[in-house]
Amino acid sequence: MAAVTPLLLLLLLSSAPSFSSGSRNAYNINGRVKIPQGLGTKGYALPGRMSNVKVLLNGGQNITFLRPDGYFSFHNIPAGTHLIEVSAIGYFFSPVRVDVSARNPGKVQAALTENRKGLSELVLEPLREEQYYEIREPFSIMSLLKSPMGLMVGFMLAVAFLMPKLVENMDPEEMRRAQEEMRSQGVPSLSSLLPGGARN
Amino acid sequence: MAIRSFFLFILFFSSSLSPVFSLYEDQVGLMDWHQQYIGKVKQAVFSSQRAGRKRVVVSTEENVIASLDLRHGEIFWRHLLGADDVIDGIDIGLGKYVITLSSGGSILRSWNLPDGQMVWESSLQGPKLSKSFLLVPTNLKFDKDNVLVVFSNGRLHAISCIDGEVLWKKDFEAESFEVQQVIQPPGSDLIYVVGFAASYQFEMYQINAKNGELLKHESASFSSGFSGEVSLVSTETVVALDSTGSILLTISFQDGKISSQQTPISNLVEDSLGLAVIIPSSVSGIFAIKTDAVTVFIRVIGEGKLEVVEKTTHEIAVSDALSISEDQQAFALIQHASSEIHLTVKLAHDWDGNLLKESVKMDWQRGLVHKVFINNYIRTDRSYGFRVLIVMEDHSLLLLQQGEIVWSREDGLASIIDVTTSELPVERNGVSVAKVEHNLFEWLKGHMLKLKGTLMLASPEDMAAIQSMRLKSSEKSKMTRDHNGFRKLLIVLTRAGKLFALHTGDGRIVWSHLLRSLHKSEACQSPIGLNLYQWQVPHHHAMDENPSVLVVSRCGPSSDTPGVLSFVDTYTGKELSSLSLDHAVVQVIPLPYTDSTEQRLHLLINADKHAHLYPKTSEALSIFKREFLNIYWYSVEDQNGIIKGHALKCKCTGEVADEFCFDTRDLWSVVFPSESEKIVATVTRKLNEVVHTQAKVVADQDVMYKYISRNLLFVATVAPKGSGEIGSVTPEESWLVAYLIDTVTGRILHRVTHHGSQGPVHAVFSENWVVYHYFNLRAHRYEMSVIEIYDQSRADNKDVWKLVLGKHNLTSPISLFSRPEVITKSQSYFFTHSLKAIAVTSTAKGITSKQLLLGTIGDQVLALDKRFLDPRRTVNPTQAEKEEGIIPLTDSLPIIPQSYVTHALRVEGLRGIITVPAKLESTTLVFAHGVDLFFTQLAPSRTYDSLTEDFSYALLLITIVALVAAIFVTWRLSERKELQEKWR
Repeated sequence: MAAVTPLLLLLLLSSAPSFSSGSRNAYNINGRVKIPQGLGTKGYALPGRMSNVKVLLNGGQNITFLRPDGYFSFHNIPAGTHLIEVSAIGYFFSPVRVDVSARNPGKVQAALTENRKGLSELVLEPLREEQYYEIREPFSIMSLLKSPMGLMVGFMLAVAFLMPKLVENMDPEEMRRAQEEMRSQGVPSLSSLLPGGARN
Repeated sequence: MAIRSFFLFILFFSSSLSPVFSLYEDQVGLMDWHQQYIGKVKQAVFSSQRAGRKRVVVSTEENVIASLDLRHGEIFWRHLLGADDVIDGIDIGLGKYVITLSSGGSILRSWNLPDGQMVWESSLQGPKLSKSFLLVPTNLKFDKDNVLVVFSNGRLHAISCIDGEVLWKKDFEAESFEVQQVIQPPGSDLIYVVGFAASYQFEMYQINAKNGELLKHESASFSSGFSGEVSLVSTETVVALDSTGSILLTISFQDGKISSQQTPISNLVEDSLGLAVIIPSSVSGIFAIKTDAVTVFIRVIGEGKLEVVEKTTHEIAVSDALSISEDQQAFALIQHASSEIHLTVKLAHDWDGNLLKESVKMDWQRGLVHKVFINNYIRTDRSYGFRVLIVMEDHSLLLLQQGEIVWSREDGLASIIDVTTSELPVERNGVSVAKVEHNLFEWLKGHMLKLKGTLMLASPEDMAAIQSMRLKSSEKSKMTRDHNGFRKLLIVLTRAGKLFALHTGDGRIVWSHLLRSLHKSEACQSPIGLNLYQWQVPHHHAMDENPSVLVVSRCGPSSDTPGVLSFVDTYTGKELSSLSLDHAVVQVIPLPYTDSTEQRLHLLINADKHAHLYPKTSEALSIFKREFLNIYWYSVEDQNGIIKGHALKCKCTGEVADEFCFDTRDLWSVVFPSESEKIVATVTRKLNEVVHTQAKVVADQDVMYKYISRNLLFVATVAPKGSGEIGSVTPEESWLVAYLIDTVTGRILHRVTHHGSQGPVHAVFSENWVVYHYFNLRAHRYEMSVIEIYDQSRADNKDVWKLVLGKHNLTSPISLFSRPEVITKSQSYFFTHSLKAIAVTSTAKGITSKQLLLGTIGDQVLALDKRFLDPRRTVNPTQAEKEEGIIPLTDSLPIIPQSYVTHALRVEGLRGIITVPAKLESTTLVFAHGVDLFFTQLAPSRTYDSLTEDFSYALLLITIVALVAAIFVTWRLSERKELQEKWR
């Protein structure tokens, strides 16, 4: 799993008011999506290329797109609590809860729903980048050895070469006893098991 | 030895059991395919840029604006607007901006033509609803800035083309004024707004384009009134029909004076035509009227005199005018003739002289030509050449040039209504011979490349060669059945009434068929396809038969219009037969019985609640009679908030004796109080779902029995106030109630209320659980809940001694009147995204663990393990529970980017996700459709029953070689040692 680096940069707040009142209880929501440059070199939405980013209000009731500078706006929105989501391939955005108040228009009330962080300005940033593919490990001897086949070979080699060593380190008396036992039982050696070994 | 192999086995599995669906980047396209569409084109504008690649900008009925390559038909860029954001008009401004007017004329956007980046967006408001018009005058300047003229919502706007700012606006608030045309004569600074008031008065406003000042307002009343649309024949003359549809009114408003001329249609055309309509066209001097049978082209010759130029009974389509020089306009005309279409390009003032006349062979499966768009180019010899873009009845888009189809796009696939699958033919000798690798050298080269790839020695070119070799593998796109069940046909029904068969291997169209029964006819005015059902799936007896599907459609938008059935062979795409029913189709119930030819019995319920049995054979009837008392179904009336259960009663007691018609009776009904609850979602289990076992072994060797019933219905209701959009209610006045209802008895097995929650609700039902997604207003986040239902009546049977002594209750009678002993467990979690669709994986035997497939608002499909939605999750699971695989409880569900099954792609406009089991137990096939199509294979617990694509055969070979070598070495050593032993 690729480690995700949460990037919670607080940006310089732009001066434009986020909310402006429209006519007849309908308001406009203005905001900005900011994708940090440089960090997104590995991502799939190229940094600065905003044309495939969508901003969705209330689960797709309204959909809008970004201007080249990242600003977006929803027009004629009734007062109430709304949810804004950003869809951008390669980035994970938290939905944002936005309160449009009828009593004091122009008041900013926005909070990320994922971590309940309040926003003083409607500037949306990705919480993290999304890596959709596993990274292929480069070829290495270790990965070869770690694979089931490698383990099998390793185990066999260990048995073939380490076991005699173990036997050598044994107490000579015990060794003799064991050999005698083996001889008396007539344990077949490997060579006699194989078809070529049958001749002796 | 046994222990060793077991050890290795464990190692092998522990290394491969990771819960995540994941993909390496070079595996993209191996098992999945993605196709991009745009939908039926409404309007097309050709870019007149001299340099660069030729492109055409289109808007479609799926609310897509796209820029297409004129040479190949590929998409340069594309944007899908919201569902309510219907596009009213598009045009190109300043040669580099695409201007779109949408949402009933209230949103104007400008897009950069080369890359599709939005440049600006303005919201246009107005006093009242009206038609909307978008004009991009080429020579109207305002401080060096080009001006757009937009009429929408009863207000005329002049808007700057550069930044979208409103330069001036003028209201047309007269109560009854209905705008019909907005005209900006080229070369002048005037704008004419013409329309009707109070349906008998013609109004003309002349406006100064520089500042919006009203220069003149004239009106004239016509006692006969108006009907339909008006056609503009010159910049200062319009033609309209009177309210009877028999008199043509030619109204000219030259210099602000209204003068008119009336011409009865009968004066122009001898035989009576019946009710006529004007076909709007922008060709100057010519307009067309159309009746049921005939299309008549009429020319206006000065002073309101009319003259018929052509009368045709063929189906005809006319393009808009294209100005080819200062004073010449050309337009294209397409006529149908049996298997060809005739394209003629004419000059507006010279009907008889053709600039171009071509015949193009046209597949009749594409139906009629619906729209024509014309464009010209300058040939090398400096004469004009013409190309036309045509939109067909099946929603496909074709470019014609020099008498040939240059390219075509199957954009009907952007609007899929229903999907089903069909098996491919079995491989027989002679039917399909697997292609032997044609060349030994090629074969060796391929394997060398692969070996290089696995050893990471390959250069980038080699990698590309390997990739294309893998993608081209002929194995996956063969036209025969495979034993893993990966190759199938996806049968899709589109809104245009066309049936397509797509191959799951590579997504190509195997056949397509425009259903004749869905063609407009006398009896059936506006047929719509409804559903697809598997009619005949031969496997046991009727192996020689081809499988077929049933297409259910009806003749109109309302549910009481008569239905039409058609049967289509899925191997060939031929329509076997079609039936025009004399009754409506409200509900189709596929019954779990088949006759000797493997035709499935279907019960069709009509509007009068009579049940009709299909197929209408005596064999089907005898099977049906046997099961007569076992057939139950339910109906949901979401308008009234009633769910009813039904059963069959007796034969129809109608006037006509029909032994395939049955009366029904109501068994039960659940009435939801309309003041507090409104049905928003109902969902049941899939009919063909397989459950492997009823028992579920939980920690400490205990067993729980799943309550598995095909007759469970999940119903979600919300407070009527909360059925609107998010943000329209406060948490106090909104709630969501979830029910589990037995559809045979009508008993409510479980009921749970979520206070402060609202819809939309997306739910999926599988085995003994249901998962649903809704909005929590208090937390202002989406939530997903799971309900699992367990059978308690068998809980006592766990004691082996009881079973041995026969003291179990397995044989005790089950009564409908006794309350089933069930317990439910449920749990809720937060989820980040809005959903568009939800589905669950399904496998052949139901052994493999399940994954939920969530179609998110960003048009991606996320796979989420069902283990995350387990009501037995706790914050600190015990050791036993951990071993069982219970994940510690968290408040929200994780979104792991690697588990997006659509990886870095988007299924634009996602509407549905369909899962089909493959024959291989571990694998399920997933098809997601919207404006785009996406298909992939998914293994929720990894492919434990077959080697994966990236299995390293080289490593296996190396291991075997190493083992054999080791055997020989040790044999040698052993032999030598034995010899030494003997010498001693």
